[in-house]
Amino acid sequence: MENFTPIASTIGGLLIGLSAALMLLFHGRIAGISGIFRGVLQPKKGEFAWRAAFIGGLLAGGAALVFMTPELFAVSIDRSLVAVAAAGLLVGFGTRLGNGCTSGHGVCGMSRLSARSFVATASFMTAGAITVFIVNHLLGGAV
Amino acid sequence: MKYLVSFGSGLLFALGLVVGGMTQPGKVVGFLDFAGDWDPSLAFVMGGAVVAYSVLYRLIVKKKRPLMEAKFHLPTRTDLDWRLIAGGATFGVGWGLAGYCPGPGLTAAATLSTPAVVFVIAMIGGMFLFGAFDKVVLNKRSKPQEPEQNPDLVGARVQVPSEN
Repeated sequence: MENFTPIASTIGGLLIGLSAALMLLFHGRIAGISGIFRGVLQPKKGEFAWRAAFIGGLLAGGAALVFMTPELFAVSIDRSLVAVAAAGLLVGFGTRLGNGCTSGHGVCGMSRLSARSFVATASFMTAGAITVFIVNHLLGGAV
Repeated sequence: MKYLVSFGSGLLFALGLVVGGMTQPGKVVGFLDFAGDWDPSLAFVMGGAVVAYSVLYRLIVKKKRPLMEAKFHLPTRTDLDWRLIAGGATFGVGWGLAGYCPGPGLTAAATLSTPAVVFVIAMIGGMFLFGAFDKVVLNKRSKPQEPEQNPDLVGARVQVPSEN
């Protein structure tokens, strides 16, 4: 547990919850990143600007924070770009098939006590843990 | 002005992800590695977010409408189908493989980190691939839509794409 950061992670989580609450309070929307991003790629009339602005903020945040706190981007893993590309494809495909990701189902959905979101979260947690077990312990950690 | 809140909210979300450690694939994989050197940090990110949002959600939805829109746009589906479970599992395999989910992937891609940029480009590809899969393999678009005002369907599930 050399990387364990309970305090910073709790603060980060509270900020994420607060951000999602702001989207609900002002725009009446669920802060599900995969759904919002999908709506930027394939916009519907009147639904583009708030989504683009949110994703813009997400990107601006990353670009600004890497200068302020580069150490918070430091803990990486040993994966080939082919594996990373395969992962991206699976994430893009899976979040559309399952209507959501860690933010929409995991944070917003479970907070609303949505059965769909509990099932989706259990599904991606389990699949993620099995994948990490296979990669780290059966394949030796580098793919 | 209207979209400044969206932008600020995205900015705050990115701050939360970065402070929480989500933009570090090693920490995400460390959380999912129950058989190895387990890093429980991610549970604290999820816990903090769920606690904050659970409380604020209940206060906010008591209002008649959100501050800048005519009504709340909340997911209405309650059915559990194979697409939900298979979609979650497919996403989970990718998440465990690279340590990025959509939010942290986008935030990290903005730092021009090569793996994160590759991840996001492939994620866009995966989203479009799903569109083709849905149309050709599942043939979803050719089925008639459920009528909205059919009295037989009152109280039944409503086919609105949930915006998670």
